[in-house]
Amino acid sequence: MSENYRNNFLKEVEERVEEGHWVKMCMQCGVCAGSCPLGPHWAHPPQEIFMMIRAGKREEVLTSDSMWMCTSCYNCVVRCPRKLPITHIMHGLANLAYRLGLSPKNQTTQKFASMFWNNLAQTGRVNELKLSLGMYFKDGFAQGIKNAMAMQSVGLGMVKAKRLNPMELFGGHGIKDKSGFHAMLKKAREIEDRRKNFA
Amino acid sequence: MTEVIATNQTILVVGGGISGMTAALEAAECGKNVVLVEKNPALGGRVSQLYRYFPKLCHPICGLEINLRRLKQNPRIRVLTMAEVTEITGGEGDYTATVRLAPRFVNENCTACGECGKVVDAEVPDEFNYNLSKVKAAYLPHKMAHPQRYVIDPSIIGTADADKAKAACKYGAIDLDMKEESIQLKAGAVVWATGWKPYDAAKIQPYGYDRFSNVITSVEFERLADIHGPTKGKILRPSDGKEAKNIAFIQCAGSRDENHLRHCSRICCMASLKQTSYVREAYGDEGKSTIYYIDIRAIDRFEDFYQKVQKDKTVTFIKSKVAKAVQDEKTGDVVLHGVNTEGYHRYATPHDLVVLAVGMEPSVKGVNLPAEIVSDSSGFIEADPSNHAFFGAGCASNPLDVNRAVQSATASALRAIQVVNRVARVEGQ
Ligand SMILES: Cc1cc2nc3c(=O)[nH]c(=O)nc-3n(C[C@H](O)[C@H](O)[C@H](O)COP(=O)(O)OP(=O)(O)OC[C@H]3O[C@@H](n4cnc5c(N)ncnc54)[C@H](O)[C@@H]3O)c2cc1C
Ligand code: SF4
Ligand code: SF4
Ligand code: SF4
Ligand code: SF4
Repeated sequence: MSENYRNNFLKEVEERVEEGHWVKMCMQCGVCAGSCPLGPHWAHPPQEIFMMIRAGKREEVLTSDSMWMCTSCYNCVVRCPRKLPITHIMHGLANLAYRLGLSPKNQTTQKFASMFWNNLAQTGRVNELKLSLGMYFKDGFAQGIKNAMAMQSVGLGMVKAKRLNPMELFGGHGIKDKSGFHAMLKKAREIEDRRKNFA
Repeated sequence: MTEVIATNQTILVVGGGISGMTAALEAAECGKNVVLVEKNPALGGRVSQLYRYFPKLCHPICGLEINLRRLKQNPRIRVLTMAEVTEITGGEGDYTATVRLAPRFVNENCTACGECGKVVDAEVPDEFNYNLSKVKAAYLPHKMAHPQRYVIDPSIIGTADADKAKAACKYGAIDLDMKEESIQLKAGAVVWATGWKPYDAAKIQPYGYDRFSNVITSVEFERLADIHGPTKGKILRPSDGKEAKNIAFIQCAGSRDENHLRHCSRICCMASLKQTSYVREAYGDEGKSTIYYIDIRAIDRFEDFYQKVQKDKTVTFIKSKVAKAVQDEKTGDVVLHGVNTEGYHRYATPHDLVVLAVGMEPSVKGVNLPAEIVSDSSGFIEADPSNHAFFGAGCASNPLDVNRAVQSATASALRAIQVVNRVARVEGQ
C-alpha cells in the first residue's frame, strides 16, 4: 500500500496530513516565504515545501527540519492570497514525518513535542517542572546542569510567584480517572491510525 | 428644472467613460434615442486620466476626441453630466431610473474663458489628479473636458469667492442659485457602463500605502507622468520631491487575493509594463524599473509588448509577491522584503518610489439595482438572461482594457437596440 503512495507524494500528503488537501491550491507567489520570521533559518520555506511536495520529493521533505521550525506565528496565513492554512499544514507534515520515523533526530522542537506529549499522556496534566528539566538535560548531564544554572533566576522567580511547585518533581498531580483517560487516548489513536492509514 | 425627454423606446446609458460613450454612439447612429448619464462634470471616465495608453502608447485623448466629435454631431444623444444614477426599477421595455443632478452653478453660456478661476482664491483637491494637487474652486475639470464648461465647487457657495466669480463672468454663465435635483427617466433598455474604481490600497496592510508617502498607486503614477499632473510631468517622489529613478512596481496589489479582490484585474500587468516606458522616457538609461510579479499576464497579442519591455536593460523582473514594504524615515527610500521564487533568494531592496499596480473594482456597488440583476462574486455584471434588458458594458462587466471595453460596449448597444425595436413593434400595433 505505502509503496503506491510513494509514487504520488501529493496524494499521500492529501490523505495523511492535516489540511493536506490545500497544498494543490498554492500558486507559488512566495509571500509566505517572505513573511516567515524564521524563514532565514530553515532549509525550505513553506512555498518551497509545497513545490517539493508536488514534485514528489518525499524523502527531502519528510527528513527536513523545516516544518519543525514553524512557531505558529500565522504571519503566512494572514497574507496568503489563496488562504492556505499554512501553519496547520506545517504541523501536519511534521507529524507525518515523525510517525514514519523520518524526522531528523535530535531536532529540538521535535524532542520537546514528544516530551510534552509523554508528560501529558501519563497523568492527564502537564508537569511543567519535569518537562523543563527534561528539556535542559536532553543533551546530556553536563549540558543539563549548565542550562539549569543559566535559567536559575527564572525558575526561582516562578517558584516565588507560585507558578512552579518544586514538589512536582516527586510524582506530581494528575487527573482523577487516569485509566479512563488512557483508554480515551488509545481509542483516539486507533481512529486516527485508521483514517491516516497507519495500521 | 432639468427637462429630459425619454420614453420606453429610449436607451439609457449609465456612465460616460469610453464604454458608455461608445454604446451611446453606436445606438444613436443606428437611429435610437439615447440618454447618457455621467456622474462627473466631464465625459471620458478613467481613460482621460491616463498619460499614454497601450499598446501603441498614444495619447488617450486621441480616441476620446473622435468619439466627442461623433457625439457633438448627433442630436439623438442627450448628455447629462454631474448626474448620478442612484436607482433603477422596473423591467425590460419599462425601466425607471432615478438620477441625482448635482448643481454645477455654471450654465450653457460658459465659454470656458477662465476669468472666474482667476478671481477665486479658494482651492480644492483636484479629483482629476486623484487629489495629489489642488485646483481653484472655479475650475475646468481638465483641459480636454467635454462639455468645455467650468464648475464652481459647492464649498465656496455663500462666500465672497462665489460673488467674485459671478462678477467676473461676462457671459452670465454663473448661476449661484442652482440646486440639487432628482429626476426620473423612462427607458426600454439600460446599458450599464459605470466602469471601475481602483481598489483601496490602504487595505493592503503590509504595503503601507496609508503610512508611507513614497508608496503610491498605478493610477496616481499615470498622473505623475502627465504634463497636466501634479508634478507637471516630472516623476518626483512625494516625500521630498526627489527625482524617482529607481522605481518598483508591485503587481497584483489587491487582485488575485482572497483577502482583497478574488479576480485577476487583467490590465495591471500591461499597465506596469507600459509605465516602465514612462521611466525610460523621463530618465533614459539612468532610470531603473523593477517589476515584482506572480506571473505576467500580457493577454493574447500584448505578448509582443511584454517581449519588447523584457529586452529593455533598465527593466528587471522579479518573480515574487512582495511580503512587505518599509519606508526608511531618513532616506525616504522604500525597502521591499520578500523571496525571489526563482531560486528562493531572500531580498531587502531599496527603491526611490514604489508603485502598487492596484486592481479594478466594479463601481456598481452602492447603487440600488433591481434585485434580479446577476453579477459575479466580484460584483461585475454578468451577461445573464435573467438580467433582461439590463446590459453590462466595459469595466462594469469585466476588468478590460480599452479595446475590449469598446467591443463589449458595442455588443451591449446591439442588444439594447433589439429590445427597443421590440418595444417599438408592440407599441406600433
Ligand atoms: C493604471 C491603469 C492603466 C491603464 N492603462 C490602460 C492602457 O494603457 N490601455 C488600455 O487599453 N487600458 C488601460 N487601462 C484600462 C482602462 O482604464 C479601462 O479599460 C477603461 O477605463 C474602461 O472604461 P469604462 O468606460 O468601462 O470605465 P470608466 O473609465 O471607469 O468609466 C465609467 C464612467 O462611469 C461613471 N459612473 C460611475 N458610476 C456612475 C453612476 N452611478 N451614474 C453615472 N455615472 C457613473 C464614472 O464617473 C466614469 O466616468 C488602465 C487601467 C489602469 C488601472
Ligand atoms: S502564500 Fe500561499 S499561495 Fe503564496 S506561496 Fe505561500 S502558500 Fe502558496
Ligand atoms: S506560522 Fe510558521 S510557517 Fe507561517 S510564518 Fe509563522 S513560523 Fe513561518
Ligand atoms: S463661468 Fe463665465 S467666467 Fe467662468 S469660464 Fe465660464 S464664461 Fe468664463
Ligand atoms: S493583470 Fe497581472 S497584476 Fe493584474 S491581477 Fe492579473 S496577474 Fe496580477
